Amino acid sequence: MRRVLVTSAPFDSGAELARLAGPDTGGTGCFIGTVRATDARGAPLAALHLEHYPGVTEAAMSRLADEAAARFGLLGVTIIHRVGRLAPGTAIVLAAAAAAHRAPALDATRFMADQLKTAIPLWKAEERPDGGKDWLAPTAADEAAARNWLETRPAQG
Amino acid sequence: MRVLYFAWLRETVGLAEEMLAPGAATPRALVEILRARSAGHDAAFADLTRLRCAVDGAICPLDAPLGEAREIAFFPPFTGG
Repeated sequence: MRRVLVTSAPFDSGAELARLAGPDTGGTGCFIGTVRATDARGAPLAALHLEHYPGVTEAAMSRLADEAAARFGLLGVTIIHRVGRLAPGTAIVLAAAAAAHRAPALDATRFMADQLKTAIPLWKAEERPDGGKDWLAPTAADEAAARNWLETRPAQG
Repeated sequence: MRVLYFAWLRETVGLAEEMLAPGAATPRALVEILRARSAGHDAAFADLTRLRCAVDGAICPLDAPLGEAREIAFFPPFTGG
């Protein structure tokens, strides 16, 4: 199964993982991203704002889910991304992969988490305690992690 | 043609979207037309190295042909995940 969702509502990670696993699933990999309480310099953060391009973001996430399923031979894949204003501690993204064995499940999870940073129309802004907003720029590390997958061969069986 | 703006581009332009008569051959040519519309537009498009675009929902280079595009979106590099 493939489940892709962009939502302003909270999601239930346990329920999502339960619905992902099927009778042939031997392993499920899962990445959950949460909003940190501080910014990159250690200053307190009031909230994170997530903006998306309705329709186009969902389509890009569906392509990513399909690519992960094909590349790693997944039995099921779920990508959920929240948008809107998110308080520190809130789960913002879930990427999960069900496969027959642990290696493809974990590799696909890492692949999706890396690609979500750079390949999907989503934009983050940090809200400071004084109410000001700073839009984030991609980090070199995020771009390198996403690019690295272009140079590695798809996992075998 | 519908023109959309996201993230800090939307805030700097001061609009989420606007309608424009078609005519520009590429997104880059459209940017030049847009820059003349207001000080906000001019500021938003001052640095094209930080600019990305999508034509009818497909991400493409600034020099891609616009053709009969109905929607073009301008935005900064993605920062999701």
